Amino acid sequence: MPAPFDYKRASSAAEAIALVGEHGDDAKFLAGGHSLLPLMKLRLAQPAVLVDIARISDLSYIREEGDHIAIGALTRHHDVEHSALLKQHVPLLAHAASHVGDPQVRHRGTIGGSIAHSDSASDLPATTLALGATYVAQGPNGTREIAATDFYKGFLESALSPDEMLTEIRVPKMNGAGWSFQKFNRRAQDWAIVGVAAWRRGNEAGVGLVNMGSVPILATSVASAIGSGASIADAAALAAAEAEAQSDNNASSEYREHLAKVLVRRALEQSTK
Amino acid sequence: MKVSMTVNGVVRENDVEPRTLLVQYVREHLGLTGTNIGCDTSSCGACTIHVNGESVKSCTMLAVQADGATVTTIEGLAKGDTMHPMQESFMQNHGLQCGYCTPGMVMAAISLLDENPNPTEEDVRIGLEGNLCRCTGYHNIVKSVLAAAKK
Repeated sequence: MPAPFDYKRASSAAEAIALVGEHGDDAKFLAGGHSLLPLMKLRLAQPAVLVDIARISDLSYIREEGDHIAIGALTRHHDVEHSALLKQHVPLLAHAASHVGDPQVRHRGTIGGSIAHSDSASDLPATTLALGATYVAQGPNGTREIAATDFYKGFLESALSPDEMLTEIRVPKMNGAGWSFQKFNRRAQDWAIVGVAAWRRGNEAGVGLVNMGSVPILATSVASAIGSGASIADAAALAAAEAEAQSDNNASSEYREHLAKVLVRRALEQSTK
Repeated sequence: MKVSMTVNGVVRENDVEPRTLLVQYVREHLGLTGTNIGCDTSSCGACTIHVNGESVKSCTMLAVQADGATVTTIEGLAKGDTMHPMQESFMQNHGLQCGYCTPGMVMAAISLLDENPNPTEEDVRIGLEGNLCRCTGYHNIVKSVLAAAKK
């Protein structure tokens, strides 16, 4: 069980932000808890106060808004996975959500929690990065938009300040682009050893890499190569150009770089219509 | 902190420390020890129960998060001496060896069929990815779930 903490329950985003503001760096937002609680059990996180935001019902939605789909931060992976709207307009994200953890995890974990946790090994940060998403954060002084490309600052570190809450994820519609999600792991429910989220529409492409550095990686060299008419094989050879892959028990950095090239090639082949 | 939830049809109220995990609440406060603790890291699925009708890993949820919820554990499935069709199916198909993963498997399998009443064998294998059987008895577990789906 985790170390002791005080538990507060918020019924609105404003109340949650005020509560966290009151307790400063010692307080953390609790949504589904599927990233935070495991860390707390291991004592890798020991917040003095948890502010439970899971009951803020108006932050769980998936809406069509012009050229993008707006997803409330408290929308569960299960609901992202099964959303008819996302399957139609952003099928890559719905599919990637179906690869997060396992069904039990997807019944509790939220898209906002996963992104705010900013784990480069998670599927949805890299996927929303590849899709050119914008995140909306609410703080004591109002809301601001943060491009996914400006959001990930370091290992488990995001552009959010401690009293800011991620409230919405805006994902551009894919407008019929081809797409692919490749997740390489040894056991069904594991994190990806390397993962690739990719889409392509003619010479336009977006490629996000999972677990290829301390932050989710946007493989911009691959996208520019596709943009200037390179073959899939030549573009995929640049897969690790922006990466800074780590070695761990599962794989050496060299192995990860090799995997990234193979998986990016497969993903681009599958995305090319 | 006071929590109240309906567990297996009965309203239960207790004072708990906020850090109490739902699985501890169920086992230690309510004495419902049918739910097992396996890995305690949300990997193995032994602690799977239903919260508001959906499978969750109760080692990765706080009791306070389930305040007000409807909870079903393995003890809540049978009606008197009549087993739940999924329990019956596990028995008929020898869907268990040592039995440690069984309560979690049964709860995960029921949730799976609620969402997909006519699964293929592949659907069942993928749908049970969050539950580990250390006896590696997966073949008969999958057989049990497929048989239950036909009932």
